[in-house]
Amino acid sequence: MRYLARRFLHAVLLLGGASVLAFLFTALAPGNYFDEMRLNPQISSETLAALKAHYDLDKPLGVRYAMWLKSLARGEMGYSFAYNAPVAPLLAVRARNTLLLTLTSTLLAWCIALPLGVWSAEQSGRWVDRVVTGASAILLVIPDIALALGLLMIAVKTRWLPAGGMVSVGNEGLPFAARIADLARHMVLPVAILALGAQPILVRHVRAAVAEALEEGFVRAAEAHGIPRRRLVWKYALRAAANPLISLFGFSIGALLSGSLLVEVITSWPGLGPFLLEAILARDLYVVIGGVLLSTVFLVAGNFIADVLLFWADPRIRTE
Amino acid sequence: MKIASRKRHALVLFLIFLHGVVIAGGFVAPYDPIQQEREKPYAPPTAIHFFDAQGRFHLRPFVFSQRVKEGSFDQYEDDTAVRVPVKFFVSGAPYRLFGFLPARLHLFGAKEGTIHLLGTDGYGRDLFSRILYGGQISLLAGLLAASVSLLIGTIVGGAAGYWGGWTDSIAMRAAELCLALPWLYLLFGVRAFLPLLVSPVKAFLIVVIAIGALGWARPARLVRGVALSAKERDFVRVARGFGASNAYILRRHIFPQTKSVVLTQAAILVPQFILAEVTLSFLGLGIPEPAPSWGNLLSSLQQYSVLSSYWWMYLPAAAMVPFFLGYLALASALQEGSRAAKIDL
Repeated sequence: MRYLARRFLHAVLLLGGASVLAFLFTALAPGNYFDEMRLNPQISSETLAALKAHYDLDKPLGVRYAMWLKSLARGEMGYSFAYNAPVAPLLAVRARNTLLLTLTSTLLAWCIALPLGVWSAEQSGRWVDRVVTGASAILLVIPDIALALGLLMIAVKTRWLPAGGMVSVGNEGLPFAARIADLARHMVLPVAILALGAQPILVRHVRAAVAEALEEGFVRAAEAHGIPRRRLVWKYALRAAANPLISLFGFSIGALLSGSLLVEVITSWPGLGPFLLEAILARDLYVVIGGVLLSTVFLVAGNFIADVLLFWADPRIRTE
Repeated sequence: MKIASRKRHALVLFLIFLHGVVIAGGFVAPYDPIQQEREKPYAPPTAIHFFDAQGRFHLRPFVFSQRVKEGSFDQYEDDTAVRVPVKFFVSGAPYRLFGFLPARLHLFGAKEGTIHLLGTDGYGRDLFSRILYGGQISLLAGLLAASVSLLIGTIVGGAAGYWGGWTDSIAMRAAELCLALPWLYLLFGVRAFLPLLVSPVKAFLIVVIAIGALGWARPARLVRGVALSAKERDFVRVARGFGASNAYILRRHIFPQTKSVVLTQAAILVPQFILAEVTLSFLGLGIPEPAPSWGNLLSSLQQYSVLSSYWWMYLPAAAMVPFFLGYLALASALQEGSRAAKIDL
């Protein structure tokens, strides 16, 4: 249990560090949301100063950080200038959409990569292995953006899938089942892009870890005892190979989260990505900080989940 | 071992060739990247022909002149009556070779018309030329950002591994922090706080520095590992025993040992940073128009009409693939090599 407590503390400290970092960057920034208003002759400099004072932009950095922490405790995470509303509820909706996308594609990516990697390691050197490693080598050299735009292009040309967005027009009026089906149809494209993009790295690692485990003495001993091949691979080798793969699982959440930013913009999925982009262009300070930090929370949570899984899977860590 | 090193050489040559084509882009490209041909927006790529409409063979390759189909504004057809012969080593739009040598000589071009090998964009600019010029910016951004990252990473990682103690803990906590943040979001965050509307040169520098400054953590961790084991080697202890200074030991004994790790990281980081620049420019946060970069060339695909009608606008994405192939294959060849070297020891 001490291990888990330590990992949790570690995660919290990381988040604290990230928030300080985000605020430091804001201090380096020349200009703010209200600077563009200066060009407007109808807004006097007194009004501007009053607005700045109202949003506490005239306070020093340390004070602003303390105030932000206080507003975080209230569950607001600062104030959006552009939306004229607290940041947290705005972020919550987008974060839900991003999570839906990221978690689905993480699960899908692993559901494909794990069997493929294990199969390819087991058939090492044979045609299955060659096809799998060859395909993942090809996928690896296709940049994410090319993959995303390519699939989108195919979807648009063939009209098989909706070209973007999360729901169709008039979705509200449909019955529940039809709404879910509509959502699923819209999810196919972004999830496919993300899951395909993550494939090569996952498959390679799974293959390498299982192939290494299959070489171990205890696996050969088990084989000599007449344990069937399938059981040998899935129960013995995979279990021994699980350790690095679980860490990779934590990382893959973060990688897919980063990737989803671009994919969301390309497929106009109303998640954190387009929201953050819009906030950057509008210099909506606290929304940017909130978005960056929220994504960090997801990532750190992913790594923490991996730590918990490791604790569960690896007896050496439990007894430590 | 032999095969691995031959493979590495082949890959390095392949990469040098690719970069050479892009660096000499002004010579290879027939047109200036921002020269517009307003009456020819979204002209499709032209095929090179050897046989004319009557089936006669011509030794000199040619393209047919393109004209807008009657009753449309963006549909083109070949005007098979007008042949535009391809001329080699022609004088054309002025450019600066390697960025400084003024020149007018182009690898190929056409005198009696225009030749757009990969079509044109919405302003009638030659896409082939824009991809080459854009490649210069994207590759340079990737290479510079990788150098920045590796420089910071090597220094921080080397110092952390060599001195240990609190230097090490602070450096490694900072590295962990940088690795914990989803890097594309982080890049966005950094970019968010820099001026939005800036000159192309400044924008370029900002992109490079932002990308490079964020990527130091992984190389730093790896270099630290090498430095940690290197400082316990006998010859390092002997050197210290003879009174060598820390700076000397680092320069002479520690950093040379990190070479293979740094090279492998370079081969991994360069394509990653090219992609980072492409992503930023694609989203309008990087290098602004009219200067081309692979990212902002692709950004027109964000319009549905372009995406659905003009497939050749996708070609800048395809141009990245050979570069990625070269770099990633080189990275895995380097890793293989170092693994083999370890077994040899």
